[in-house]
Amino acid sequence: MSSAHCLEIQGVTKRFGGLYANDDISFVVDEREIVSVIGPNGAGKSTLFNCITGFYPATSGRILFYGKDITRRRADSICAMGIARTFQIVQVISDMTVLENVMTGALLRNGRIRRATAKAEEVLEFTGLIEKKRFLGPELTIADKKKLEVSMALATGPRVLMLDESMAGLTPVELRGMIDLIKGIREKGMTLIVVEHVMEAVMEISDRVVVLNSGKKIMEGPPAAVVSNAEVIQAYLGEKYHAAVGQ
Amino acid sequence: MQRLTTKQTSSAAVALILLIAFPLLTENSTAHHVMILFFMFAMMGVAWNIMGGYAGMFSFGQVAFFGIGAYTSSFLLITYQVNPWIGMIAGGLVAALVAAAIGYPCSNLRGHYFAIATIAFGEIVRTHFNNWKLVGGAEGLSLPMLDGGFRDFMFHSSKLPYYYIILAFLLIAIIVCYTISTTKMGYYFRAIKEGHDVARVLGINVAWYRLVAIMVSAFLTAMAGTFYAQYVLYIDPESVMLLSVSIQLVLICMLGGAGSVMGPVIGAAILIPLSEVTRIWLGHKGTGIDMLIYGFLITLISVYQPKGVWGLISAIGKGKG
Repeated sequence: MSSAHCLEIQGVTKRFGGLYANDDISFVVDEREIVSVIGPNGAGKSTLFNCITGFYPATSGRILFYGKDITRRRADSICAMGIARTFQIVQVISDMTVLENVMTGALLRNGRIRRATAKAEEVLEFTGLIEKKRFLGPELTIADKKKLEVSMALATGPRVLMLDESMAGLTPVELRGMIDLIKGIREKGMTLIVVEHVMEAVMEISDRVVVLNSGKKIMEGPPAAVVSNAEVIQAYLGEKYHAAVGQ
Repeated sequence: MQRLTTKQTSSAAVALILLIAFPLLTENSTAHHVMILFFMFAMMGVAWNIMGGYAGMFSFGQVAFFGIGAYTSSFLLITYQVNPWIGMIAGGLVAALVAAAIGYPCSNLRGHYFAIATIAFGEIVRTHFNNWKLVGGAEGLSLPMLDGGFRDFMFHSSKLPYYYIILAFLLIAIIVCYTISTTKMGYYFRAIKEGHDVARVLGINVAWYRLVAIMVSAFLTAMAGTFYAQYVLYIDPESVMLLSVSIQLVLICMLGGAGSVMGPVIGAAILIPLSEVTRIWLGHKGTGIDMLIYGFLITLISVYQPKGVWGLISAIGKGKG
């Protein structure tokens, strides 16, 4: 088990009719890494997330989690095995308070309300939402909603956390907070896979970057190498970004 | 969902004492009858609420479980002389099994589609029983006269035992619902109500918890069905399997407050006496006046208080305290 990679994506293909949303994608993620998945809209980033977390069945290919095949597992069982995720469009339980939302996640590994509540408060303390624990989900700002969703995912006690655009639409200050939170999560020993468009965040947090375009992996490497790669610039970043980095 | 406060516990105790004392204060058997119907519908409302209000599965076919409960115990009593109490448990189990059989293929249906499927289910069951000779078809079943007494679940001289039995049933349903709402299952139901995706990322087996909600709800509803059969001693598909009863249950919960333990009880406390009284006073003057008042109340509530009367009460309670 210790020799296996944390996550292995082996030739994953997801086809919707004639459209290949993911086409033979392979890469590995090691324990305590932060791997970012970037690419233009429609590149297949969210589809890949959905395949890994069991929301879509992959058309072909295999996904291994610490050597175990999870390709055909249900989403809830993948979560129970230790892979948690957030959504691009924030999903919280709107008639529950912040604390109850996180507590519901904590129930997965703490069946009793009292213990789950204690776990939820611990998580909220860590994510910095504890002051707002009595608020209802819809009463929060976008940044806090995203933090809440991360808190819910953390409460399920994952080994891998997958964040789908947790930094989109944040102010610079909020962005700073989210980057620090992600680093803090890794400090706790978790592995992260992040879909992100905010390049400054990607550059700062990633150990490696996987670039998708039209469903295919076009490159993988350390952030600095990726942003200077001609194909990545052409497909996603644009000449302007390259010029800015070059200065 | 917090633990009960002392204030809530004491007001519940006072309400219970009043309900226990009520039939001793008046001999009026119509009043007793209305209260019995109130308890019965409140019980079914609480049962509906477990799957509808908490788990978000709007059932418009709930009456099928009521009918299945009534038919199972009555058929067993008539054909095999099975004691109605045992028949009631059997009816609950049959209803829960049918619920599972229908719930499993529907486990991916959400919102309106689930509601449509349940309407179809309720109507299919009614049509089937109307044509099923073994259980009397459209003629229904008349229950045999037993000696009477608690053991026989049959009382000839007074409505009082029925009153206390159905009150006890209602309490059982409330305790089941309260227990669910304050434990893991209740929170999981509420997550599922919000959306299947958010529930699944929290590690919730959506299909399984939906099935549990439907089966518990069906079992309790079937208990009410057996009670009705033992109370009226005659059942047919047009009395125990009517779509309008299913709709009435939904209305009771929406009016009282879906997704709260006591909401359906409040809803039934308003709608059942209202419907009985308007039917007795106004029914002969041309049909539908009771329905008009009904419709008006529902409109009022859904426009001004979407969380139902119970939402209003708890908002006032919070404002004071």
